[in-house]
Amino acid sequence: MASLAAAPPRIVVAATIKEALMTAFVSAALLVPLVGFRITNRGGDQFLDTRWAEVAIAVGLVFLGRLCLNLVNQRVFFIPTLVGLVVLGIGFFISFPSEFLKTIALCGGAVVILRAAVVGRYWHVSGIGFTVLSAGLYQVSSLETFNWSLVGIGALIICCAGYFAKENASEIGDGFADGYRKALPWLASALIVFALLLPFLPFFEGRRNIDIAILVLTYIMLGWGLNIVVGLAGLLDLGYVAFYAVGAYSYALLAAAFDFSFWVCLPLAGVFAGFFGIILGFPVLRLRGDYLAIVTLGFGEMIRVILLNWVSFTNGPDGVSGIPRPSFFGLEFKRYPPEGTESFHQFFGLEYSSVHRVIFLYYLILILALITNYFTRRIRTLPVGRAWEAMREDEIACRSLGINPRNTKLSAFAIGAMFGGFAGAFFATRQGFISPESFTFLESAIILAVVVLGGMGSQMGVVLAAVVLIGLPEYIRDLQEYRMLAFGAGMVLIMTWRPRGLLAHRDPTIRLNAGKSS
Amino acid sequence: MSGDAPLLNVEHLTMRFGGLVAIDDLSFTAATRQITAIIGPNGAGKTTVFNCLTGFYKPTVGRLTMMRNGRPWLLEQLEDYRISRDAGVARTFQNIRVFPEMSVLENLIVAQHDKLMKASGYSAIALFGIGGYRAAEREAVELARYWLERVDLLAEADDDAGSLSYGAQRRLEIARAMCTDPALLCLDEPAAGLNPRETGELNKLLAEIRDEHGIGLLLIEHDMSVVMEMSDHVIVLDYGRKISDGTPEQVRNDPAVIRAYLGQEEDAVYGEGA
Repeated sequence: MASLAAAPPRIVVAATIKEALMTAFVSAALLVPLVGFRITNRGGDQFLDTRWAEVAIAVGLVFLGRLCLNLVNQRVFFIPTLVGLVVLGIGFFISFPSEFLKTIALCGGAVVILRAAVVGRYWHVSGIGFTVLSAGLYQVSSLETFNWSLVGIGALIICCAGYFAKENASEIGDGFADGYRKALPWLASALIVFALLLPFLPFFEGRRNIDIAILVLTYIMLGWGLNIVVGLAGLLDLGYVAFYAVGAYSYALLAAAFDFSFWVCLPLAGVFAGFFGIILGFPVLRLRGDYLAIVTLGFGEMIRVILLNWVSFTNGPDGVSGIPRPSFFGLEFKRYPPEGTESFHQFFGLEYSSVHRVIFLYYLILILALITNYFTRRIRTLPVGRAWEAMREDEIACRSLGINPRNTKLSAFAIGAMFGGFAGAFFATRQGFISPESFTFLESAIILAVVVLGGMGSQMGVVLAAVVLIGLPEYIRDLQEYRMLAFGAGMVLIMTWRPRGLLAHRDPTIRLNAGKSS
Repeated sequence: MSGDAPLLNVEHLTMRFGGLVAIDDLSFTAATRQITAIIGPNGAGKTTVFNCLTGFYKPTVGRLTMMRNGRPWLLEQLEDYRISRDAGVARTFQNIRVFPEMSVLENLIVAQHDKLMKASGYSAIALFGIGGYRAAEREAVELARYWLERVDLLAEADDDAGSLSYGAQRRLEIARAMCTDPALLCLDEPAAGLNPRETGELNKLLAEIRDEHGIGLLLIEHDMSVVMEMSDHVIVLDYGRKISDGTPEQVRNDPAVIRAYLGQEEDAVYGEGA
């Protein structure tokens, strides 16, 4: 209890209780009409039921929660922890009027403990608090796919964050970012090794897990592609999904019309998407910020509407089906290959399994994503990449230094779009079926969210944000209608704690005093 | 040197914004190895002259001829980025425009964009690690190191440019403009916001640039201590018209100038500067 001795608590008792009472009053005013009354159907007649017990318990929880958080802010840690534990105990052992209230009580108790532990810098307690919180969620949600290893990783991260947190930076994020900076080089290699081994790790078996990993990797690749446009060149593009669509349809239509294989179509899809990037780029050369965002948004919608209405070419809303699957150096993933050819499992003498193809797709998207990443990291150290970043910082200064703004912007649009096109071709071959449905504005928004929440221009940030925004919602699919709620809450939390993104740190691309880090 | 063709020749420059005449039939020349200062009261059109020279505005009337590499460049017909790249006119800004989230060194490397683009095969060849880009980049770093030393920013080379102090950002802007290898350096109020010690250092730096690098400097300045001490040639603007043109000594004693600054009084206006 060293920190208690260092900073003796000065509690303003009356004000604290008054503030908590005010919060309780406001929540009561909201809860009475929303929760207190309920119309039910009994035998064809409608009755007005009241649920005062629920209201009372909810208001009581709000009061306690606010009180405890206030106390934590005044550096009192023991009482909130105790209250949190008591509420947890009640939540586990005493039945509540509804499951939802029970969830609120359990999570609330755990959050209070976690908050006390983080502010008080009892980082080991914070890990335990997180585990209890996860266990509480498990208890009430009865998740089928509850994954203890994930909880363990989460608790470990929080412990590390608490450990790295500096004296003046009490927030988890700062501590984590600090440790992250030091660990980045080996962290990146470790992640790549982890990603390479992933399909064969014992806790990761099963087709569903690999499917989710493929999905996350697709968004990582899209995020890295969009990062070139938004993060490096600073061109806010709300229509990135258009290039994804162009890539997907390029492959689907080329394969259908000319019987081209995936490996021929992949570069073509990139070229077509890059071409569309230039088409978008020309009219928006003079636009910046909000105006640029609106035009790109319109462009994205235009592509979708064209795909929807040009029925003779794209088959309209029915989409394109029967898109050929990729082959492994000519070996197909079929149980019974066509006459005269060998399939993958026959060539390698394996038992046929449909998972082979999924694992192959996983490695395919992993390699595509890593190429995107490698390209971006490399181009940052080249004149074009530096000009992109300079253009993001100040376009007028760029012009005064002899940098051609037209070529610089168009190259950013084209190259960003090209990677979107690659990802689109992959999407088409993975799904085997595409329709304009898959390329709505929501997709653009999610890709942009991955980039922005990760930290603009940060490569690792995109990975983290894609895992948090895409991977976690897939794992908690059993929460059903609460899933999107959790998604939104996650976004709000990230923006509150780390308004510049999870890992918003930019390292210079070149150093004069190498070795001496600033 | 004064017998040569002038580095920059401005003839009948006129700039109208709607009904407002910001610059009215202005003609002047700037020579190489000289500091030419443009002074005048607020709103006299000084920055507009710069914006016309550097292509941010297209002049309504006038011809701006820049001599570089033995041939004339008509600035009023060039796109703004080509004025820096081909005609060799570099500038700094009244409100500083460094790239704040890039490091000091990166700011100077970006300024050598054109050279590095060519060396790296427009980045496409260097992407695969072939060609002479590494060597070109090392040269660029050496040039940047030279200028960092000159403006005394060597220790801050790897810091974010935005974290530098105001005076240091001004010096960085000058270094960045010099890294473009200009023939004419246009400085828009380089001494604004500097303390007397920093102003003294600035004077020294500008004199060294003029004498050692053999380029022309064009200066907008309010600080008379800089103008009177440094300039070889002063042009005075008032309401967009040139009211005086000559050496600092001539301009200081020109009644038209004194009238423009102080009304009819004929007190020693510039006494403090000498």
